[in-house]
Amino acid sequence: MTSKTKRLGACALAMTLLAAGAHAQSAATDHGAMDHASMGHGAPAAPDAPPAPPPIGSLPSSDGAGERGYDSYGIHPHMMDNDPTWQVLFDKFGMSRNRDGQNALNWDGRFWFGTATDRLVIKSEGERENGGGSDGKVEAFWSHAVSPFWDLQLGARRDIGTGAKRNWAAIGIEGVLPYNIELETTGYVGSSGRTALALKAEYDLLLTQRLIFTPELEASLYGKSDPERGIGSGLSTGSLSLRLRYEVTREFAPYIGVSFERKFGQTASYASDAGASRSQTAVMAGVRFWF
Amino acid sequence: MRTLPPLARRRFVQGLAAGGALAALGGWRAALAQSHPAPTAELRGAEFHLEIGETPVNFTGAARVATTVNGQLPAPLLRWREGDTVTLHVTNRLREQTSIHWHGILLPSNMDGVPGLSFDGIDPGQTFTYRFDVRQSGTYWYHSHSGFQEQTGLYGAIVIDPRRRDPIASDRDYTVLLSDWTDEDPMRLFNKLKVMPDYYNGIQPSVQSLRADAASRGWRAALSERLMWEQMRMNPSDLADVSGATYTFLTNGATPAGNWTGLFTPGERIRLRFINGSAMTYFDVRIPGLKMTVVAADGQDVRPVDVEEFRIGVAETYDVIVEPQDDRAYTIFSQAMDRSGYARATLAPRAGMQADVPALDRVQLLGMMDMGMAHDMGGGDHGMQHGSGAGQGGMVEVKHPYPAERGVGNSMLPDVVSTRLDDPGVGLRDNGRRVLTYADLHSIREPADNRTPSREIELHLTGNMERYMWSFNGVKFSDAKPILLRYGERVRFVLVNDTMMTHPIHLHGLWSDLESPDGAFQVRKHTITLNPAQRLSYRVSADARGHWAYHCHLLYHMEAGMFRAVVVE
Repeated sequence: MTSKTKRLGACALAMTLLAAGAHAQSAATDHGAMDHASMGHGAPAAPDAPPAPPPIGSLPSSDGAGERGYDSYGIHPHMMDNDPTWQVLFDKFGMSRNRDGQNALNWDGRFWFGTATDRLVIKSEGERENGGGSDGKVEAFWSHAVSPFWDLQLGARRDIGTGAKRNWAAIGIEGVLPYNIELETTGYVGSSGRTALALKAEYDLLLTQRLIFTPELEASLYGKSDPERGIGSGLSTGSLSLRLRYEVTREFAPYIGVSFERKFGQTASYASDAGASRSQTAVMAGVRFWF
Repeated sequence: MRTLPPLARRRFVQGLAAGGALAALGGWRAALAQSHPAPTAELRGAEFHLEIGETPVNFTGAARVATTVNGQLPAPLLRWREGDTVTLHVTNRLREQTSIHWHGILLPSNMDGVPGLSFDGIDPGQTFTYRFDVRQSGTYWYHSHSGFQEQTGLYGAIVIDPRRRDPIASDRDYTVLLSDWTDEDPMRLFNKLKVMPDYYNGIQPSVQSLRADAASRGWRAALSERLMWEQMRMNPSDLADVSGATYTFLTNGATPAGNWTGLFTPGERIRLRFINGSAMTYFDVRIPGLKMTVVAADGQDVRPVDVEEFRIGVAETYDVIVEPQDDRAYTIFSQAMDRSGYARATLAPRAGMQADVPALDRVQLLGMMDMGMAHDMGGGDHGMQHGSGAGQGGMVEVKHPYPAERGVGNSMLPDVVSTRLDDPGVGLRDNGRRVLTYADLHSIREPADNRTPSREIELHLTGNMERYMWSFNGVKFSDAKPILLRYGERVRFVLVNDTMMTHPIHLHGLWSDLESPDGAFQVRKHTITLNPAQRLSYRVSADARGHWAYHCHLLYHMEAGMFRAVVVE
């Protein structure tokens, strides 16, 4: 491992631990503070008035639960609190056209199945150029809730499209930052000491109840160059996309948008060598849908 | 095999369907809306035969199948007499299990009708016979406690006449059963909530609403409040999980266009027994032009109090007296708490008369008090927080003693809570009308057992809207253990609402004796509503042995896990 890959690996791990740690810390904060007795007492009752009731919080307190579970009482209610559900969601599914007149199909979708706290998540993202190459990834995760707003995700990724097919082990966090910014961060470890980090953040700004503006930032970092896939080490690509969608229904929302992508460092050099530009602007149109 | 209910019953429901179809053609405000002169399906006596089946209905222009009793929606009004022993033969003509729970009725635990707790449920083709002594009087209701059958129509009114002369005299007596109907399959609806919890919320903060807010109180105040909510990842418009986007609101089974009508002769005293049989909807009820005198809550007589409007939580009942003097029609207007729609009915001297239907009130969003913030964040000029609150149990700092309150299942921990019995709740604050609050409710009779409670059970209402998780103390039903009460003891339940939603909490089989802010008995209820960041306490006498359900009466919250078993042994 080079020192750079170590730094990257450590960075991914730190981000992951940050979210998990915040949860652990808060869970550890004071329990057993059930002592309400000090919360004050009512004024002494006048001689002929009925005795004042004990103030709320002044009596011995507990959550009332006994030691034994439902079975020992023969209780088997039919609740749905563990029933799983599922969703197929394509945040992006449409065409783009860049400055050079190149058209491409873009997608960014996922399927999940599970409960509120444990899910199987399959994600795929990528693009296929008309008459050209394609680039993308498919990932599968076990996604486990670690705090109200954050999931820890463990799984694997496979790169698809033009170039060598790489396989990675993946660990990430996904959730909602304060100010309702959705964030996905995933660290990857592949064969031959390859490491990578992917970041994605987006925000939904409702202009009206149906018209929604979504800025989205993405970045990819690699610990090691991979000339076969045209990837240099360090920050390789960054992109900003701005989309405007109209929710005809919650499930079906056509969008239009524009994206700016830039390659950095060695990745940019590989692109130049191949006759492609370092930065690219594209307009896009498609539909966000789920079922 | 599907057994169709008798033809006459079907015709009754199809009659209602005409109203629903009309709504689709002409809109709710259609002036030609047909009125139904009070089709009271009432069963009276001590022995009843109830058949649970499927019945075709049409409320919106789309044909659907409802779950009904004797082919009727709502289920027939059952009229009992205090002191009688009632026998109810309930036959299941569905293809799935069913049950009936007698809401608010004191009875042996094995007659309470909760599958898995009180009995095994009623299998298809089977008849279960309920039999118990009627030891109370007043207005109650019954509904299925299986799956989502309550959402698809299985609910009806119970009126129990007192053994002795009713102290509440009236010339006419109507039940007004409010409910929410959806054409969607409730399971699909539930899954939508789990996938996208704000699916039905059409009043979300937007740039458009920010501009409107800024226009009324300046950009600085509007922006700072918006950013505060965004920072907390909370939604001030989360007033109802399921809204008029899918619900059609019914009064006695009639759509607003269907316009259920109760007849009267001017000068009469009319008793209206309001029952909220909804799955998810809180209603704010008023009858423009008429003063309402509230005389009973949850079947229990209260000191009469005059109001212009009251909020009725899911599963609550209120009896009111109105005395229309004029020869004109009056609208019973029940708007959903999130103002996404309304139920409408009419009181009129003659069939076919109708009065104006008021416009829906403006949406009031949640405020600082609902958040349980210790300090005003500044910049906000929220008139609504002041005045309500301090008088009836001021702010107290709240501890969150349970570890799971800080876990995945709970996304909000208020710093301060208050009892504020005089808070009518979001949407009704400072609306210029005399609105009923819990502070106005005082039982006429003190409970026979009104001992001082010996201990407290503190439960926090918890939830995570992001994941559609609902629970007590951050622990959902299947991960919890039953709450134990010793037979004969009197316990104080202290409920703290951590969440930013309003929840109706119902304890089966045992009364909930709501306390005043200083801890004294105030009013006897079976279902108690908690506003966001509110703390309420009530006394419970463990005077009936067995297994009792204890839950949030919002159907999808209950199914998501906001449910506990209570064992009295």
